[in-house]
Amino acid sequence: MMNFLDDDTKERKFHEENFPWKGIIGYIMSIVLTIFAFWFSLDHVSSLGPTLFVILALAVLQIFVQMFMFMHVTESDKGFPWQTFGLISGLIFVIAIVALSMWIMTFSSMAS
Amino acid sequence: MPPSHLSHWGLLITGDPLIYGADASIVLATVAIIFVLTKYKKWGWLWREWLTTVDHKKIGIMYLIAAVLMLFRAGVDAELMRTQLALPNLHVLGPEHYDQIFTTHGTIMLLFMAMPFIFALMNIAVPLQIGARDVAFPFLNAISFWVFFFAAMLLNISFVIGGSPDAGWTSYAPLAGAGFDTGPGENFYLLSLQITGIGSLATGINFLATIFKMRAPGMKLMKMPLFTWSIVATSILIIYAFPALTVVLTLLLIDRIAGAHFFTIAAGGNPMMYINMFWIWGHPEVYILILPAFGVFSEIAATFSRKAVFGYKSMVFSLLLISLISYFVWAHHFFTMGAGAGVNSFFAVASMLVGIPTGVKIFNWLFTMFHGRIRIKMPMLWMLAFIPCFTMGGMTGVMLAAAPADYQYHNSYFLIAHFHQVLIGGTLFGMLAAMYYWWPKMFGFMLNEYWGKWAFWLFNIGFYVCFEPQYILGLMGMQRRMYTYPKGMGWTDLNFISTIGAYIMGIGFLVLVWDIVYSIKYGERDLTGDPWDGRTLEWSLPSPAPHYNFAVIPTITHRDHWWELKQTGRQDELKIHEQDIRPIHMPKNSGKPFLIGLSFFVVGWGFVFEWYILAVLGLLAIFVMMFMRSAEQHPDYHIPVEEVVHTETALGRL
Repeated sequence: MMNFLDDDTKERKFHEENFPWKGIIGYIMSIVLTIFAFWFSLDHVSSLGPTLFVILALAVLQIFVQMFMFMHVTESDKGFPWQTFGLISGLIFVIAIVALSMWIMTFSSMAS
Repeated sequence: MPPSHLSHWGLLITGDPLIYGADASIVLATVAIIFVLTKYKKWGWLWREWLTTVDHKKIGIMYLIAAVLMLFRAGVDAELMRTQLALPNLHVLGPEHYDQIFTTHGTIMLLFMAMPFIFALMNIAVPLQIGARDVAFPFLNAISFWVFFFAAMLLNISFVIGGSPDAGWTSYAPLAGAGFDTGPGENFYLLSLQITGIGSLATGINFLATIFKMRAPGMKLMKMPLFTWSIVATSILIIYAFPALTVVLTLLLIDRIAGAHFFTIAAGGNPMMYINMFWIWGHPEVYILILPAFGVFSEIAATFSRKAVFGYKSMVFSLLLISLISYFVWAHHFFTMGAGAGVNSFFAVASMLVGIPTGVKIFNWLFTMFHGRIRIKMPMLWMLAFIPCFTMGGMTGVMLAAAPADYQYHNSYFLIAHFHQVLIGGTLFGMLAAMYYWWPKMFGFMLNEYWGKWAFWLFNIGFYVCFEPQYILGLMGMQRRMYTYPKGMGWTDLNFISTIGAYIMGIGFLVLVWDIVYSIKYGERDLTGDPWDGRTLEWSLPSPAPHYNFAVIPTITHRDHWWELKQTGRQDELKIHEQDIRPIHMPKNSGKPFLIGLSFFVVGWGFVFEWYILAVLGLLAIFVMMFMRSAEQHPDYHIPVEEVVHTETALGRL
């Protein structure tokens, strides 16, 4: 869609499959991962520590599913490295938000 | 909480004259609209030209209309609050009703007035400034508008059906949780923000893609107009900030309707986490609201001083720096939560740092005007009012950023005065300046200067009379969200003055609306397309621009390309030659975005009242629409050369 309104003489550059297999597999995988995480924590399959580890691992898997199945992470553009830029800035913000939130919330452990 | 003095008869709220008045006006307005559309046989026109449009210019106009309507609605809320507070112990509004009014005032002003106003400007100006024929994803753009529109309707209807939310625009847990706030009111807040958030996020992605990928050939990033740069910074902020809101609202909704305990201490949850996550979005949000205004003022300062903007590169750099720093300041909204000296120092210093790039921008605007040939037209007048007003708001912001002192100011009227001074003096002045500036480009006629000046002076004088006393009230100990106060606190005089100011602002708003109505009838036509002697590409087009914008996409060689061409007498370079015209590839109109918005309304309604069958039906309708869209074979078409030639000839450009 990116070149949708560009000069018409240019060919549309992106590659399009006949049937969106990638999207459908990704969709199913993302749902399965979510249900598994939900079941694992709701049914108290394990104690708190291992549960946290498992759902975090599932979350990381989920990130990869999203990036490879939906977000065209393997495609690149000749000019500016958009994907790298987007991923790095996203990482910076996520790490900052998580780390700073944990720091802010330490007061509750100090208070108790 | 169901207001105790209001009784519920089914869903409709009864027992309050204000609400009966609202009922009557909603019914009357609906009947009037239906009557006019039917009498003049305008239903088809409405559907074909507006409801199904994917044209960024028309979507921009619809955003603008919605924003002005919401400014009226939330402005009425403000006038009601100031009336209630004019004197001690008044009972214009009961305490529950007052809670609802301040909640909807804040929520609507930020999410349903300021945000659509910004989206209006983005839609109207960005594609024209960068030489594009539409945005990157026109269909998605229409979806963004319609989900916003129906979310706004969902929140507004809560006033008469079900009850308005009443936990403040921040809706803090645990007060907003199911335990303390029964009834559907808070659900209206959660669902309407969630739905409009989808639209905002899509708009951020859409405009970032548009600006990065669809600029005219030759327009390097550092040749872009500063308004477009401000939208780059805004879009980045939207993309990284809005997901936090989505998550926190979802968690609170799950708490409320599914009995979870994310924010309930009793079951191991933590209400402080709501506040933390809300402001992870909330602080970048206020920069989302101000950066476009900075962009607007950069355009206006340069145009009306007939000088290139001073320090273009530092302007770009400070925009990006502000958007980066603004992610690391959020805890200054809750210094008093007691996170400790380390946390508070970090966020206090980060908050003060934002003042540096902002100061750079203020000085750059002053130096742009310095030795310029300044013309005081309406946009410039609002710009000149912005500088002192916003600077004062910024200075009091630095005062609030000093964590130890904030323990004194926190949640007092000092804070109220501060954020109204930056949001009105910054964002709203910017939006109004932009409205006057781009109005001829949107509609082909100018807004009247005489009435514009009346509106300007009333609104400005009213602003200072209304809000400056509130700083002092805050220092005297008056807290926000008090529905009344006793005699003998020494607050009466200042509150009374503040209310007078609010009324003057209200009159200013009415004169502004009159200015628009008057100008529709008598406004001076803009026949040149360049009424302000502008600098950027949009002023090289006729007003209003044809729906494909550029018959031939220009090649850019300079920053302020159009000004450069005019200075060197080379306007002919943008003249169109018939042999250069090719068929123009455009997106087709579609009714689906409107229907998707409507379906989201149904989904929202279903969740608000926990009628899950309705919610599921609405979601199904959305999926069906999305599937049909995916299966569409020809969402696009070509405008034939003859039609382009015909249009351009009629415009006198061939």
